[in-house]
This record gives sequence, C-alpha cells and structure tokens, in this order.
Amino acid sequence: MTTVALKPATMAQALGRALRDSMAADPTVHVMGEDVGTLGGVFRVTDGLAKEFGEDRCTDTPLAEAGILGTAVGMAMYGLRPVVEMQFDAFAYPAFEQLISHVARMRNRTRGAMPLPITIRVPYGGGIGGVEHHSDSSEAYYMATPGLHVVTPATVADAYGLLRAAIASDDPVVFLEPKRLYWSKDSWNPDEPPAVEPIGRAVVRRSGRSATLITYGPSVPVCLEAAEAARAEGWDLEVVDLRSLVPFDDETVSASVRRTGRAVVVHESGGFGGPGGEIAARVTERCFHYLEAPVLRVAGFDIPYPPPMLERHHLPGVDRILDAVGRLQWEADS
Amino acid sequence: MTVMEQRGAYRPTPPPAWQPRTDPAPLLPDALPYRVLGTEAAAQVDPGLLRRLYAELVRGRRYNTQATALTKQGRLAVYPSSTGQEACEVAAALVLEDRDWLFPSYRDTLAAVARGLDPVQALTLLRGDWHTGYDPREHRIAPLCTPLATQLPHAVGLAHAARLKGDDVVALALVGDGGTSEGDFHEALNFAAVWQAPVVFLVQNNGFAISVPLAKQTAAPSLAHKAVGYGMPGRLVDGNDAAAVHQVLGEAIAHARAGGGPTLVEAVTYRIDAHTNADDATRYRGDAEVETWRGHDPIALLEHELTERGLLDDEAIRAAREDAETMAADLRERMNQDPVLDPMDLFAHVYAQPTTQLLEQETQLRAELDAEADGPHHHGPEGAGR
Repeated sequence: MTTVALKPATMAQALGRALRDSMAADPTVHVMGEDVGTLGGVFRVTDGLAKEFGEDRCTDTPLAEAGILGTAVGMAMYGLRPVVEMQFDAFAYPAFEQLISHVARMRNRTRGAMPLPITIRVPYGGGIGGVEHHSDSSEAYYMATPGLHVVTPATVADAYGLLRAAIASDDPVVFLEPKRLYWSKDSWNPDEPPAVEPIGRAVVRRSGRSATLITYGPSVPVCLEAAEAARAEGWDLEVVDLRSLVPFDDETVSASVRRTGRAVVVHESGGFGGPGGEIAARVTERCFHYLEAPVLRVAGFDIPYPPPMLERHHLPGVDRILDAVGRLQWEADS
Repeated sequence: MTVMEQRGAYRPTPPPAWQPRTDPAPLLPDALPYRVLGTEAAAQVDPGLLRRLYAELVRGRRYNTQATALTKQGRLAVYPSSTGQEACEVAAALVLEDRDWLFPSYRDTLAAVARGLDPVQALTLLRGDWHTGYDPREHRIAPLCTPLATQLPHAVGLAHAARLKGDDVVALALVGDGGTSEGDFHEALNFAAVWQAPVVFLVQNNGFAISVPLAKQTAAPSLAHKAVGYGMPGRLVDGNDAAAVHQVLGEAIAHARAGGGPTLVEAVTYRIDAHTNADDATRYRGDAEVETWRGHDPIALLEHELTERGLLDDEAIRAAREDAETMAADLRERMNQDPVLDPMDLFAHVYAQPTTQLLEQETQLRAELDAEADGPHHHGPEGAGR
C-alpha cells in the first residue's frame, strides 16, 4: 500500500501554487500588481514568485490600478498572459474603465482577432474585520459586463483548479478570492495538485431533498453550516456552489431546484441589483412548475459595507439563512 | 519670507538617504516649438523625405475632405476631422518601422491610412458596421480608441512586453490636449518612465477639447513640461511643420529603441474643422483665429519650402493632387456601397466559446429575423400556437 503524503494547505497557498505552476508551464504568464514581488502580496499569495521567476515575471508595479490593468492590456496585445492582482476589492475600482471599455470588449471589437487572456485577481468580501474599503462584494459590477468571466472558489482545491483554468483561458477572467477563506485549510498532496477545474460548472457541495441553497465564494461554508443545523429542524438542504457567476450554470442549478422544489440564494453582496435577483429570475423562468414557493434571497443589506464592529449584523449567517428556509411555504406540504 | 522667496536662500541638510533621482535640466522642453521649415535645419533634411511628406499631406487633406463629405451624405455616422493636423498624422505614420506599433485615438484614422491601412477599414468604426475594421496585429495598429488617453497604458504595456521578449519594437501613442487631463495619461507616463519602456507619446495640441480651450485644461507651462515630473524628456514642436514633427519623433523613437526610455512630444497645431460634423465651432471660437491658423497651413508651409528650393515643380504638385483624387474616388465609390451586415455577428466574438445564455439569445434573434422575413407576425397565445 502506498502512502500518500497529505499535507494541510490554505487557500492562499493553493492560489500561490496555481500561479507558480502556471508560470512554470507557460513562459508568457506574468504576475503584476502592488506589493506582489518582494513582499509576496499583502495576503502572501504571490510569496516566492519573484524570487523563483525574476522580477520581470512577477513585477511590483507603481501604485495605480488603471495603469496596472491598462499596461496588462498592452502586454496581452503583444502575446503575454498577464495575471493582475488588485490588492483589495474596493481598490479595483480605478481600473473599471480599462476593464469595461477595453478588457471586456477587445475580442468583440476586433472580431476575435485580438482576445485578451488576462486574469484579474480580486480579494473580495468581508468578515475579516477590515476597515472601510476593504470588504466590498463587487461581483455584481463584473457580472453586468459582457465579455468577462467571473469566477470565485470556495474550497482549497477549487482555488487551485479554477485559477489554473482562469490563467489558461483565452478570455479575461475576473477571479474573485474570498478574503475570509484565504486561511481556510484542506489536505492535499503537494506532489499532485488538484485537477484543473473547467470554468462555468457549478457543483453540488451537499445533496439534499428539501430545498436548494444557491451560493458561491465566502457564503458556501456558511450555507454548509446552515444545512447541518437545518437537520435539527427536519430539513435536508442541498447546497449548490456556483463557482462561476459568468458563465452561469443554469443546468446544474435548475436540476437541483427541480429536485427540491424550493430555493434560497445566499450571498454577501447587497440584494438590490445583486446577483441573487438574476439568479432567482433564471430559476423561476426555468423551474416555475416545480417550485413550491417563491425563490428567496438572503443577501447583505443594501447599505455601504459596515464598519468591522458591526459587520456581523450585515453578513448572511446561519440563522438568517434558516429563517429564509422557514419562509418557503412548508405549510403547503402538510 | 515666503517659501518661494526662501528657495535657494539657504542650503538645508537633506533628510537621510535623500538624493535627486533625475537631473531635470536635460528633460525640459525648449521655450518655443521646434521648427525646421523656413530655417537652416531644413537644408539638412533628405529632399526625398520632404517630397514624400508633401505627397502624403496632400493625400491626407483630400482624405479628410472626402470623409467629411461622406459624413454629410450619411455614409459615415460621424467624422472627427484632422484637417489642419495632417503634418502630425502623416509624420507619425512615416516615422515608424514596419514592426513598430501605432496607438491612435478616434481622430487619427489618417495616421492609420498614411501607414498603409485601407481607408475603408480605417473608417469602419465611424461608418458603424463594426468597431474595429482591421486586424491590429496584422498592421501593428491598435484599435482606434475613443475613451480618451486609455490607449496610452496599452502602448506602454505593449512596448514593455516587446522589450521583455527582446524584440526591437517601439510604440507610438497619439493623444490630444484634452486627453492629457485624464488619469490614464498620468498613469501611462509614470509606468513608461519607471519601466523605461520604448514608447513615445505624441500630444497633438490642437487648441480645443471639443469646445474647451487649453487655458481651461491646464496651467502647465506647456504640455511638454509635464514630462519632467515623470523623469522623461519633453519636446515641443510646431505641429504644422511636418519636417520638424518627423525629426522630433524620429529622435524620440531612436532614443527609445536604443533603450533610453520614453519621450513626451507636444506638437502645437490647430483643429481647423469643428470637433466632428455634429459640432458647431462658431459657439466657442471666432473666424479670425481660424484664419490665422489657415495662414500656417501644413501643406502650404511644406510646399513653400520645396518650391523655394526647387525641389517641387508644378508637375510634381499635379501628380500629388491626382494621386489624392484617385484615392478619394476609390474611397467614395467603396463607401457608397452598403456594407454587408450579419446580425449573428453580434454573438460571434463575445467569448471564445459562447455561453449557454448567449446561445439562447442567438436562437432568439435568429427566430426574430426569420419572423421578420415572413412579414408581420402575431404575438401572444395565438402567435405562440401557430
């Protein structure tokens, strides 16, 4: 019997390993951003890359997000495959014009002649006690921009597999990294990293029969916890981890809701104009005759992200999720 | 004593480890825009180059008038004319090697055409049948860029990438005076200087950002002076003197090619036409000013130089005009044909692989087109049940 040496790894380490393996496999992959070189990134995701691959391939840029993404566009035009780090969600906003007016459109604008294989890594979401501008959930902005893929992992293995796929993609990918899961751990065999996961496929994290929790990124562990707690209430909840917001996996989501007949969408992002509205509409359009109750949303409040001492009231937690599940018109079943 | 008065009055002890990064003196632009035509420097310029610039200027002016006429006839959605700025446009095109890259703004279709791009392809954006009418990599011409100054960091990144790959490639990025107020102008120049990227920025200061004159745009001594703050040389040139623009750009490009880093060039010129056909320039400037600049016309300046020195006879002038007419007639004829449109192209290039959502929408549009072909159709339950 062979012993597989499983070791614990954090999501941050898995992301770093994905960058390293991508750079080793493809000399056109360049990592760039603020503090990604000597320091190894403020979350240490790029730790060691500058040393291993040199500063030309893991570059500390000037502190200017539009400039970082704008120069990455030019590098991609010349055949490189830039991986850009935006230091925090809210610090990515200066780069929006480059992202929306150029990154997302270049393939379309040039009839496919000049696609831009750029990965934009954005740490996002709250729950880490960050002060103002360090905890935004900005995914709805990106989802609303055609031409971008929007991907977010919830597990250590997916962090590796999805980031490898994002970097290999010939389309631009906004890769949203849930900050509060950076230090989440899982065991893996460092000699054999997890599989590269295709972009655009959701996965059922927990099977159940009563209702489906549709979620992604930082809310996945919360939903799994809620599903465990729900057993005491007699509910057997299914949890779907979207992993990719664009493209959206209607098939997996609809199949789950048709099985369970009830659905709650859970995310940190605000509810009004947030991803949940789109997801609820899609589910309703596809599963109307299977639904026992309206699709509900559990989202962050429609407020500017709160100061850290109040953020627990804002973030969707187990109780708020279970309250929503309780409102799924169970009386019809009795 | 004010802070300004104190300057130079004493020599303070510098803070720890302080040292000047760059000596600013060599970076400063000349006080007056550099001129070649009508000066002794003109004798140093290759007469063949002057004649070539002349032919391209004549052609360029004709291109501008033809495109303007096509707009009035409804063949172009809009045309931002570069009439009066042909010296900058033409010099920018001719100064580049084939392997170099040009990063034009929406007003720079002429530069692309002078570089050899088919005028119909250059005008695709402005006709409106697609956004970019050519393969940028085939021509080394980036897509015509509408959001001001956002193409500048692209030029920096491309030049940087070329240098990393060991390729001898320079990028020339075009921007207007209004564009220098944008944040991307600042960020691009800063990145370029920090990375010592082989890129040259050409600001065509044509006096106006639509209606807003330069005085409301900047308080800088000149736009070329902005270079100094980034640690790169700034050059000021008469933008209607094609020989001067060609020389200054040529030197900047050679400097970049040799590893010397970026240069900012301000070419002082004038937009003779309104911002576009949709603009009314009489609302913000007087005829007298325009007439003054007509007296400093780039074609007339060069023609005067060449004829004075016996480098251009009537026959050569006629030949240049005939060549321009041939180009205009061909452009007219081809632009008067309706472009072939395929609505399904809308979905073809959003992603490498269309998402299932886009496939559904493609199917919807196809059904709409089929229904359209069948004539008026019914909506609602009856229609759905047909």
